[in-house]
Amino acid sequence: MNLHEYQARDLLRAAGIPVPGGEVATTPEEARAIATRFGGRVVIKAQVHAGGRGKAGGVKLANSPAEAVQAATAILGMQIKGLTVTKVLVVPAAEIASESYVGLLLDRESQQPVFMVSAAGGVDIEEVAASSPEKIIRLAVDPRYGLMSHQALGLGLGLYQDFRQARAAAAIMQQLYQVFTGNGASLAEINPLITTPSGEVLALDAKVVIDDNELERRPALEALRDESAEAPAEVAARKAGLTFIKLDGNVGCIVNGAGLAMATMDLVKYYGGEPANFLDIGGSSNPDKVVSALRIITADPNVKAILFNIFGGITRTDDVANGIVTAMRQFTVDLPVVIRLTGTNEAEAIRILEGVGMRALSDMDDAVRQAVALAREAA
Amino acid sequence: MFVGPDTRLVVQGITGRDGSFHARQMLAYGTRIVAGVTPGKGGQQFDDVVPVFHTVAEAVAATGANTSVIYVPPGFAAGAIAEAADAGIGLIVCITEGIPALDMARVLPFVREKGTRLIGPNCPGLITPGAAKVGIIPGQICLPGRVGLVSRSGTLTYEVVHHLTRNGIGQSTCVGIGGDPLIGTSFIDVLRAFEADPGTAAIVMLGEIGGTDEQHAARFVSEHVTKPVIGFIAGQTAPKGRRMGHAGAIISGSSGTAEEKIHAFEAARIAVMRRPVEVVELVTGKLR
Repeated sequence: MNLHEYQARDLLRAAGIPVPGGEVATTPEEARAIATRFGGRVVIKAQVHAGGRGKAGGVKLANSPAEAVQAATAILGMQIKGLTVTKVLVVPAAEIASESYVGLLLDRESQQPVFMVSAAGGVDIEEVAASSPEKIIRLAVDPRYGLMSHQALGLGLGLYQDFRQARAAAAIMQQLYQVFTGNGASLAEINPLITTPSGEVLALDAKVVIDDNELERRPALEALRDESAEAPAEVAARKAGLTFIKLDGNVGCIVNGAGLAMATMDLVKYYGGEPANFLDIGGSSNPDKVVSALRIITADPNVKAILFNIFGGITRTDDVANGIVTAMRQFTVDLPVVIRLTGTNEAEAIRILEGVGMRALSDMDDAVRQAVALAREAA
Repeated sequence: MFVGPDTRLVVQGITGRDGSFHARQMLAYGTRIVAGVTPGKGGQQFDDVVPVFHTVAEAVAATGANTSVIYVPPGFAAGAIAEAADAGIGLIVCITEGIPALDMARVLPFVREKGTRLIGPNCPGLITPGAAKVGIIPGQICLPGRVGLVSRSGTLTYEVVHHLTRNGIGQSTCVGIGGDPLIGTSFIDVLRAFEADPGTAAIVMLGEIGGTDEQHAARFVSEHVTKPVIGFIAGQTAPKGRRMGHAGAIISGSSGTAEEKIHAFEAARIAVMRRPVEVVELVTGKLR
């Protein structure tokens, strides 16, 4: 789960990291009031779960409360990568002497938290990694011991020649590691970490991503979830216990298992169609889940045909077929539906579905081809 | 491979909903389950045939269990892995989905120090058709034979196995290594075992988007594997930055894409199937 910048800053501040003040505004008038409190010169920053805010015009400098109103008016309501901005963070404009990058992520390859720091900060770190990887210092941390103080100091000295600043940065690294492990993060990033002309080291912008698997045992973090910043269909899916991701195609897909769901989408593409979504319905034959899945998929006006792809291994496919029949009685679908069921008792399953007039097949390629053709006819 | 007639299995979480269901499935398949573990239920009998213990250490002492399978809830699963490793279990198979990644980062070094092999988590387990199954792979879709299969997913594995079995192509062992970003056994570990396994004549590797495990596996194949390898990558239509069900199935920035992985496979002369059904033709060609 992505946190907003203002939420991430709160976590950093709570761990003792020096973060300049800042307040959230949802209207231009609130932005004016906050700017006035901060003495006029502020930066207005869109709070949205998308990278590249600056390039999209979502970050603006204002030299006065009046300019803050203008900037907030421009940013609030704007679309960044399809997401509407409903909140801005107003922060005092900082005097910047230098900008660095500090990132901490859980690295798959080393299976450890890894610090990535670079004196080339304030820019897209992926670009730095691609163009001049030698400018990035990497340090893997053994999670049993945590970040040791000499390691932190080494990272600080990698950023700053001034020992006082290096030591300040080292403390920030230690605190960032606490934020990371204390909140179950998969990423914690300060970009930029700045020095001011008077020599202070400050975290100007923060990004924290929480591992979704941590949220059940961390209700305080789950409470930070901003559902208005997510696609409504994805919110509905999560509440129904489904994994759903919307795409732009017209073949709605309902599949059991993530790997088979991806392979089904790929097969739709292979046969000249475009998948409308990823949807993993899991291993159950529960009609309620099927109804939820159908409701979410049919809410997308692009969808012209629906494809079920169910491999019944442990779950018997005749149970799944009965579940689908029950669901279709509760929720009428006006679109063509193709159902592919394979596995235990598949002949019985297909007889059940055909008995109520549904298109049922046992071969995945046949089913995908039919669904693609039906979507094309309806388009 | 990994499991067989010598397997003496302890089921952690045997009295839970999933644990009890799959324990019965494994017993029916002929897997030798010697013990179950549920803290607080030691002294009970599961289905009148399997003694239940409070701890894995007690189970090992009483029954000589050498393999464990874990069906405990995600918040307790990393602890269950550590407990099994500490009790001297040689092979741990963790089925549980949803374990926090930092829990895995902490337990993986412990497991390695104990010299234990961990398969998973978030995996369907493994099966040596006709001999033993540990996990949740449906036994009836498998057929004894000479094709080794290794995969990051569950139902996609079943789809491919089903095609093989329906065409009379049996499997030596099918291993699901799991869809999480931090897992105990990599593609390379299983490829190395298949290469050494006299019962395996060809290898099928089912990968997906996210991470670099498939790319490393491809390099390993080109340098160390003499048996024919057939590969598949799921997620060609996946958008960037979105977790496709599996916690590990995510394209980060520009890395971990299907194209990148397919390219790595092709560079290693791995025969790439574009559709699951193509496994039949490609394997038949290689086995001939």
